[in-house]
Amino acid sequence: MKDLNSNTPFDVEKVRMDFPILSRTVNGKPLIYFDNAATSQTPQQVIDVIVDYYSNYNANIHRGVHTLSQEATDKYEEARQTIQKHFNAEHTHEIIFTSGTTHSINLVANGFASFLNKNDTVLVSALEHHSNIVPWQMLCEKTKATLKVIPMTSEGTLDMTAYEDLLLLNPKLVFVNHISNALGTINPIEEMIQKAHLVGAAVLVDGAQACPHIKPDVQALDVDFYVTSGHKMCGPTGVGMLYAKESWLHKLPPYQGGGEMISDVTFEKTTYADLPHKFEAGTPNICGGIAFGAAIDYMNSIGFEVIAAYEHELLEYATEKLNAIEGMQIYGPTTNKTSVISFNIEGVHAYDLGTIVDKLGIAIRTGQHCAQPIMDFFKVSGTARASFCFYNTKEEIDTFVEGVKKASMMLR
Amino acid sequence: MNIKTIQADLIDEFCMFDDWMDRYEHMIDLGKSLPLINPKFKTEDNIIKGCQSKVWLHADLENEKVVFTADSDAIITKGIVAILIRVFSNQSPNTILNTNTNFIDEIGLKEHLSPTRANGLVSMVKKIKMYALAYQTQIEL
Repeated sequence: MKDLNSNTPFDVEKVRMDFPILSRTVNGKPLIYFDNAATSQTPQQVIDVIVDYYSNYNANIHRGVHTLSQEATDKYEEARQTIQKHFNAEHTHEIIFTSGTTHSINLVANGFASFLNKNDTVLVSALEHHSNIVPWQMLCEKTKATLKVIPMTSEGTLDMTAYEDLLLLNPKLVFVNHISNALGTINPIEEMIQKAHLVGAAVLVDGAQACPHIKPDVQALDVDFYVTSGHKMCGPTGVGMLYAKESWLHKLPPYQGGGEMISDVTFEKTTYADLPHKFEAGTPNICGGIAFGAAIDYMNSIGFEVIAAYEHELLEYATEKLNAIEGMQIYGPTTNKTSVISFNIEGVHAYDLGTIVDKLGIAIRTGQHCAQPIMDFFKVSGTARASFCFYNTKEEIDTFVEGVKKASMMLR
Repeated sequence: MNIKTIQADLIDEFCMFDDWMDRYEHMIDLGKSLPLINPKFKTEDNIIKGCQSKVWLHADLENEKVVFTADSDAIITKGIVAILIRVFSNQSPNTILNTNTNFIDEIGLKEHLSPTRANGLVSMVKKIKMYALAYQTQIEL
């Protein structure tokens, strides 16, 4: 078993023991989970934190004088610090807990509604997930600002010349994902942020697909807003974060009104709470926040360099094996991408392929991946997408490739 | 042919196969043998929503029987629609409206019956029943 995976010092079999779900079967076959770009699996270490929270210190936070409330508050705020350190934010209060990437984006979009007017332009990349397109369309409808799209090249990377031309329009905001969910393309966000700042535009980076693979440094990037979800990085669903520079958080109006986010309320006027609470109305997902912190600790215990190196090996191995299948078409760039393979086989519908490999116990994604503009660009109705995580193995890839061959034989 | 007989035949056919692969292969064969829909009916209006693949379904009334034609860009989906057409086509609107889909369960394709599945079988059945209801009303008027 080890031989195939021996190129790295990483013991995948040991890591797999941390994930109870990996020992289950699907349709009588051992589960092979290749839908990691949609959601990652949860290690026992994180599950234990969730169980511990509800077994020992479940309480509402920030308000109670009793012991449970204080314990829960401490753990929740410790998780915020874990996230702050992980992303290297300057201040803890620059980390806002949200329900996930989509919520984070909507929070910023809603805030910008008060800054934009019909003379303003905002840029969005052509490689976006629907969650990073629709909120901006809604924002532009509301403010009458113009939404312009940074086009992509036939390789599935952003057209940087066109981007520079668009910056001449002096946009107020640029929205781009760090890594494309449909293609795995790593966007040159550092360069894009620098160039945007030269014309005075703020930049929001959607890191949902990047954070499971790399460790972004928000200060080094000098990014204005960075958003991600816990469930893509071995944490639970329903929790995520918004990082924003302190100055922006002071400028942006609150997103939702309610408890927790106020300091003083009379019927005449409400004074908002300090950061980060101004943006955290109501009782938050306390357990989720704590578990998100635990998930980040777990990933760091393995190490992001080790993760990236191992996943790259899986990507290269799978790409080579899949490319040997007759009629295989892989979409997107071949280099500078994460462990995502979006593909089609000539004469085979992605939905059919997904259905047959599911019968073999293999979970992949099929369809448009919430990125219809990218599918339109490649003139396909959808693709099959296999995305790998550090707990996957080359043996699983072998089984998957055999499954794809078997399915194509049945379906053609 | 009587709708109950058609269902019984289908169940017998699928019961011959022990494993899922053979059942799927049979379903794919049924999909491939589905008579072609007239291209002029492959319109946006005739696309059934709720499928990851595209499904077009068209219905005509001939001698007080509803005749369905369909197509899909995915072959498994085409197999599913072929099974439905074999059962429901050339039946009176009244028969269609009074027939359930329990046979799908009995041919071992139960997993396709869940309304959350992306194949849209439930949407297809709904559309078939809608056509039947529309033609039923037309006949009564």
